[in-house]
Amino acid sequence: MLAHDPLAHVLYIDLSRRTFEVKARPELFGRFLGGTGVAIKLLAEECPEGCDPLGPDNPIVFAVGPLTGLFPLASKTVAMFKSPHTGNLGESHCGGRSAVAIRLAGYGAIVIKGMSDIPLYLSISRRRVTFHDASSIWGLRMDSAGRVIREREKGAGFRTIMRIGRAGERLVTYASVATETYRHFGRLGLGAVFGSKKLKAIVICGQDEVPVYDFKSYRAFYDEVYDEAVSSPTMKKYHDLGTAENVIPLHKFGGLPTRNLLSAQFEEAEGISGETFAAQYLGRRLACSHCPVGCVHIAALREPYEDEPYFYKTSMISYDYEPIYALGSMLGIGKAEDFLRLMDRVEAWGMDAMTTGVVLAWATETQEKGLISEKETLGLHFSWGNPLPYMEACRYIVEQPNEFYRALARGVKEAASRYGNVEGALAFGKNEMPGYHTGPGAYLGYILGLRHSHLDNAGYSIDQKVLTERHVEPEQLVEMLMKEEQWRQILSSLVVCFFARGIYVPERVVRLAHVCGFNLTPEDLYHIGGEIYKAKYRFKTKAGFKIEEGYLPSRIFSTPSPVQSFDANFVRRGIEYWLKIMEGKGEEDG
Amino acid sequence: MRLAVLETERCVGCQSCMFACARRQGGAGLSKSCLAVRSIGGMERGFTVIVCRACEDPPCSKVCPAQALERRAEGGVKLLMERCLGCGYCRDACLIGAIQWDEKINKPMICVHCGYCVRYCPHGVLGLKKREGKNARP
Repeated sequence: MLAHDPLAHVLYIDLSRRTFEVKARPELFGRFLGGTGVAIKLLAEECPEGCDPLGPDNPIVFAVGPLTGLFPLASKTVAMFKSPHTGNLGESHCGGRSAVAIRLAGYGAIVIKGMSDIPLYLSISRRRVTFHDASSIWGLRMDSAGRVIREREKGAGFRTIMRIGRAGERLVTYASVATETYRHFGRLGLGAVFGSKKLKAIVICGQDEVPVYDFKSYRAFYDEVYDEAVSSPTMKKYHDLGTAENVIPLHKFGGLPTRNLLSAQFEEAEGISGETFAAQYLGRRLACSHCPVGCVHIAALREPYEDEPYFYKTSMISYDYEPIYALGSMLGIGKAEDFLRLMDRVEAWGMDAMTTGVVLAWATETQEKGLISEKETLGLHFSWGNPLPYMEACRYIVEQPNEFYRALARGVKEAASRYGNVEGALAFGKNEMPGYHTGPGAYLGYILGLRHSHLDNAGYSIDQKVLTERHVEPEQLVEMLMKEEQWRQILSSLVVCFFARGIYVPERVVRLAHVCGFNLTPEDLYHIGGEIYKAKYRFKTKAGFKIEEGYLPSRIFSTPSPVQSFDANFVRRGIEYWLKIMEGKGEEDG
Repeated sequence: MRLAVLETERCVGCQSCMFACARRQGGAGLSKSCLAVRSIGGMERGFTVIVCRACEDPPCSKVCPAQALERRAEGGVKLLMERCLGCGYCRDACLIGAIQWDEKINKPMICVHCGYCVRYCPHGVLGLKKREGKNARP
């Protein structure tokens, strides 16, 4: 990297002592680029073995990369922490203005440790951190908290405002952190880690310059990336209908999880399709900083107040494929309006939409089976397609008035371990499933992916592109998944949006990194990706990650796979092969 | 020609124009950008795109105590850096806030209406317009 690049600056903040310092860590960024690579190293340094994810010792790490602020679509912030939801690696990515603000405030990474005795919000700018008493906004909804800080703080257009809702304060293990109202560190419970530290919000403001080596090449490479981003057909789907475009094709394919995966086709898919949202509700499109694509789709929902005629409220609510699956088809909700009302509620509380949907789907089926009654649900009768009990249940999950809702606030595995319906508890590595029942690639991907996310290794894509054509043995499938996941460590270390993976191919990444002062070959990149992958695995296993008996809900086998059929034995073979490779890799490190 | 905001409501807030302006001046990042895009009190309500309107009788020039802002024939001003005191009166005089500030050298940053940013607006928010009125060129 370039010697004078402020990317090397790591800002360390101690909430217990209300102090901060900046340390230069060029060796970290020089070797691991930024983002995921640097974050896992900082997490391993700062997170003591055996620490309580909701205790003062659990650090929050944010990291951005060398291309941030220089090239389009390198605008994600990687957050790492020990997850209160899984007890091991917590990693979540978020866009909005967060990455550009951190980079242009003069930092490559931020580490937050300790725990405050009173609610705080932090205001971070170049070389300065201010600690504000946030008692007067503790308890506010996610959007209201953002509004208060937006009006108080300077730097409009150059800042990010990260904040939690009530779910984070109440330590729901899948509470999210939102930035710029509509983007999230959604998964694995960063919101609860904020809440445990009494950290309501962080505003980061920056508009500095970024150094470049060879400005002429920089401008030429910039145009290459920009032009492809605005004109390539692969990016088109993201800005036209957005990710909601997937609803109909996945339904037709037989891969759209429906009613707690009792089915993988949803007869009402049309009602919650990207096409329906665009035709009836799309009110605005937004972009992350420095991304010309603008994939963020916002619906305008107009609702009457029932107690007064001619009195309406209009809410602007974001939608994407994953929330539509989780709070739509998974709950049998086939009306766009019903989905939006529930989504609005989930956003206000600050919960992860995907986990919330899967938890509520399990609760519905479990109540149908008679394993829980209205005694547990406090009078709620869940039924597929009816949003009202689900909206009410969100409040109970946050407030946790009884044992049942305390269990729901800890995820579907915890709930099933107490109330049964284990076969319908759709989580992998304790993380609730994403919206793809596409075949063995997706499921092995969820199990082996180090974040248990569909984005780790895109198994759903292997199902749809490869397994529709030919039969694949589990060992081959594992190799494909691992190769993709290792490459994605590079993309997320450069904090490039995964939607732009077709633009950021190895040959081009090498040239772009060169103008930031990195001399690397494509082989070097794959090697670094492999090292980061191993480092994440090491953190996970040290924190206690194991693939245990009963890790697979049998539902994934009983609902027919749209591609090659597979069984528990197929998955077991895949896992054993993966473990053999990973343990071999561990030994290489000595 | 002058830079103009053709349709604010089409802005998605990507700020590619701001990065372009900085690049045009040899900088990467945002510190050198002469235009600004920010939300109108939250992203749900859209954006405001602040660019110099190339006033025919520019208040910024009128309040400059050092005659550092020379009027351009096409409207707007040209900054004569060596004359500028860095007092900031020009910034206060511009009601729309189109004068940005270079904190490093304590001088204003003012759009020269080159139109470089227009190429980087993916949705046609920005455009170059011919000047109308008494200063219009034949």
